[in-house]
Amino acid sequence: MPIEIDIARVAHLARIALTDEELEAYGRQLGDILDHAARVQALPTEGIEPTSHPLPMVNAFRPDEITGTLDRDEVLDQAPDAADGYFRVPRILDQP
Amino acid sequence: MSSLADLSIAAAAAGLRAGEFTARELTAAVHRRAAMTEAHLHAYLAIDHEGALAAADAADEELADGRDRGPLHGIPIAVKDNMCTRGLTTTAASQILAGYRPPYDATAVARLRTAGAVIIGKTNLDEFAMGSSTENSAYGPTRNPWNTDTVPGGSSGGSAAAVAAGSAFGAFGSDTGGSIRQPAALTGTVGVKPTYGRVSRYGLIAFASSLDQIGPMARSVEDAADLLTAVAGWDRLDATSYREEAPDVRRSLATGVFGLRIGIVTEMMGEGIEPEVAGAVRSMADRLAGAGAELSEVSLPASEYALSAYYLIAPAECSANLARFDGVRYGPRVEGATTEEMMARTRAAGFGPEVIRRVLLGTYALSAGYYDAFYGQAQKVRTLVRGDFAAAYQHVDVLVSPTSPTTAFPVGAKVDDPIAMYYNDVCTIPSNLSGDPAMSVPIGLDGAGLPVGFHIMAPALAEDRMFQVAAEVERLADFTVRPALATDEVRLP
Repeated sequence: MPIEIDIARVAHLARIALTDEELEAYGRQLGDILDHAARVQALPTEGIEPTSHPLPMVNAFRPDEITGTLDRDEVLDQAPDAADGYFRVPRILDQP
Repeated sequence: MSSLADLSIAAAAAGLRAGEFTARELTAAVHRRAAMTEAHLHAYLAIDHEGALAAADAADEELADGRDRGPLHGIPIAVKDNMCTRGLTTTAASQILAGYRPPYDATAVARLRTAGAVIIGKTNLDEFAMGSSTENSAYGPTRNPWNTDTVPGGSSGGSAAAVAAGSAFGAFGSDTGGSIRQPAALTGTVGVKPTYGRVSRYGLIAFASSLDQIGPMARSVEDAADLLTAVAGWDRLDATSYREEAPDVRRSLATGVFGLRIGIVTEMMGEGIEPEVAGAVRSMADRLAGAGAELSEVSLPASEYALSAYYLIAPAECSANLARFDGVRYGPRVEGATTEEMMARTRAAGFGPEVIRRVLLGTYALSAGYYDAFYGQAQKVRTLVRGDFAAAYQHVDVLVSPTSPTTAFPVGAKVDDPIAMYYNDVCTIPSNLSGDPAMSVPIGLDGAGLPVGFHIMAPALAEDRMFQVAAEVERLADFTVRPALATDEVRLP
């Protein structure tokens, strides 16, 4: 029994604009994959700590020294839209 | 017809210093090979002809002046297209990075240049390294040089195909769930996933940050050792890179396996593994025993759940990492009335189906109400997988298994069945979850003439022990046959 997913909400959270047909297809596939992935729930894990990272690392400190940075023009040259030394995007404030 | 392009790195390095040929001639031989094979393979997304020849000339001049940068000096090497190369297109095989020319080099690439290597070009991959067949590339699939009706494995399938065919002397890939080792197995090459943190990830386009690791692909264990040594070691630009000195893996190549305790992983030899593959691995393990190793069966019970845990952890991390591709800083943009609409349209147009599937899956697994049941539980399974390895290494020095449950499969066979495709990595994923090193060494051909890979796993930081076993496996297998496509002769498609 595939898991039911509110796929439209998930697609919105992921900021991917999908058509209704695409949503339906992805929703079904995700249900099947989650059905398999849910096998992890079959393993008893009471008292087991989660592992988020393979290294027993805590903090990686280094001196706060000024070093070279990327060339601004070279970076902005790769942007789809830039002006006056900035990335440019559609208007965000004062929207209806 | 043999060509300079078929030499090992070690032989090419010796010939360069003996004055038998130049780095320019090595690079030209690789260009010639690529010109013959690319129409059949599509291993490369970009070949930097001029840049490579200029680097080769510089390498020749330095050698003539007595400046020797070591074993990779003047050697043509390919790099997977998810590692940044300054000024040379880097797309991760995605439309969302079409035409992107990075303003900096990945640390691994910078170290290759410092070692005198000649960067030939950028190799094809499954988009953002998500896949096991190199069929998910937005720029078309790569084919396997052993049989162009089959896949080369993935996601580092372009690097694997180039090394097997001789259009590179060696290559670098990245391995998140098996993406170096499985294509190495399917193309009869050597592929190494070092310990997590051994090689800096700076400039590697991130897929799943707690699993990703860069590593070499080569035609011999010795070549793989030289490639790894050139890039390994701490990097101030990657806070997760290891500070400890990497072991000299070259020194362990002649040690042999006498008295070494080798465990065959029970769960990786039974159901789901092609009998011919399991048989070849069993037979090689017996020969290692004949060479003085102590062989035993070892169980990793949680490894059966590793695949399920991986398909929650990797998508969860990728959904966060891929948030940066939003049409603002790089790549093409699809316009929208608002910034959010522009981003959502750009991402829908720029990502391929497998990437969208995994971003959605990860977003779901991390979302409120489902986090504990999926992502949290997967992280606990990860702890159990690590515990299994730790318990096993109380009794054995290394573990072995098949690298891939099958040899190369036909193009198109699994593209519509994500779960069947995911199963390719069932033997390789546990080492990514644990962070331990693992590598694949070719041991022969199956009845269909396709290569079989032998998987060697070792405890964290014990790359020297892993290479020790790999060198003995290579000696015992004596796998010297090359694919028919590895030739400069004209072949009709």
